Amino acid sequence: MCTRVVCTLAHVMEAAGLATVALPSNLRLAERMRPPRALYCEFPLGRPLGRPKDPAFQRQVLDTAFALLDRPEGPVLEKFPTVIEDEAEQPLICPMPPRYDPSAPAAVDEAQSLRPAWERTHAAQGSTQVGRVVAAAKIPEAVGAFVRISSGTPWNEAGFESEAQLFQTVMDIRTYYEEAAMALVDHVPAARAAESWLYRSTETGKVLRAALEALKSADPPLSPAVNFYFVPQSQMKQALS
Amino acid sequence: MADQELRDAIAEMPFPELGPAAFTRPPSLSEAVVAIVTTAGLMRPGEKSWEGGDSSFRVFDRAERDLIVGHVSLNFDRTGVAADRNVVYPIDRLEEMAGEGVIGSVSRRHMSFMGALGDLSTVFTDSGPAAAKMLKDDGVDVVVLTPV
Repeated sequence: MCTRVVCTLAHVMEAAGLATVALPSNLRLAERMRPPRALYCEFPLGRPLGRPKDPAFQRQVLDTAFALLDRPEGPVLEKFPTVIEDEAEQPLICPMPPRYDPSAPAAVDEAQSLRPAWERTHAAQGSTQVGRVVAAAKIPEAVGAFVRISSGTPWNEAGFESEAQLFQTVMDIRTYYEEAAMALVDHVPAARAAESWLYRSTETGKVLRAALEALKSADPPLSPAVNFYFVPQSQMKQALS
Repeated sequence: MADQELRDAIAEMPFPELGPAAFTRPPSLSEAVVAIVTTAGLMRPGEKSWEGGDSSFRVFDRAERDLIVGHVSLNFDRTGVAADRNVVYPIDRLEEMAGEGVIGSVSRRHMSFMGALGDLSTVFTDSGPAAAKMLKDDGVDVVVLTPV
């Protein structure tokens, strides 16, 4: 979807007198939309510069893209020579911390027990991607809300006021787990490897899948977007391991 | 290969009638002011989160680093940007390139849209041109556009 917006903006901005270089992530869309200058990078979706923590590689991408500015006419569409694929089919294997509070629901306890790992990533990075609508300290509580939803509690009685809040909470939970996983394995995972771990191997992954099933017939009803904002499409056909 | 299935699923989506591509000749890169425009749905912690269908854009100062990818889609990797913002928003790379004289300078402001949009008409006719005008007013010459 992003490539459509990137290519549209390239046309609009170029017409306004700006020179643009786009890094589309969808070759077919770039071919159809013909932005003035595009470097198609077949990298994992979500990583348009290719490799995190690899400044030299990122510079190579930018240098290649900026070289398109020397072309006398356009549109020009080139392919970056290196291809990087996602690894959704190789889920991370994370050594899980011990139970924290066996009296709590398994998913809530799991989320709480991952807090030290998340803290390690937070300290190492000096920043976090958690916090769209839920701070890290509240993630176990948010998981608890989805446990209740999966057990039949209406979503608007489980602490949510809007669809957007519901969906962004899922995103914060996912990010919290993925940032914790980065500390558990002590490296930056290949693209989608942590996502597959969350949705296929964890208690919270089971809860999010169960909550999605409950919400498909929710009262008050949710928009069809619920089918896209709880479980990534890449995980929809996968059984839990 | 999950990504390729997603690419294929949206490859034939419609888009606005764009007309012939304009083509602006920039100054020499070593003299150009460069800005980043991403569709990652960047936001500051605590800011109102993005919602699906939001065609607006947000503006970030050159020095800002504490930014969250607030894009509403679950369908892309998040660990890369959690480890290194530059994999989506290459602001530190631009600063290095400016320091080396490869680019003229880094724009004082950068922008984010949020790419989960079915209807692109507002971006084409309203928010896109408004963003372009703001960048032009800031003296920007070159824009690098990154999706997620």
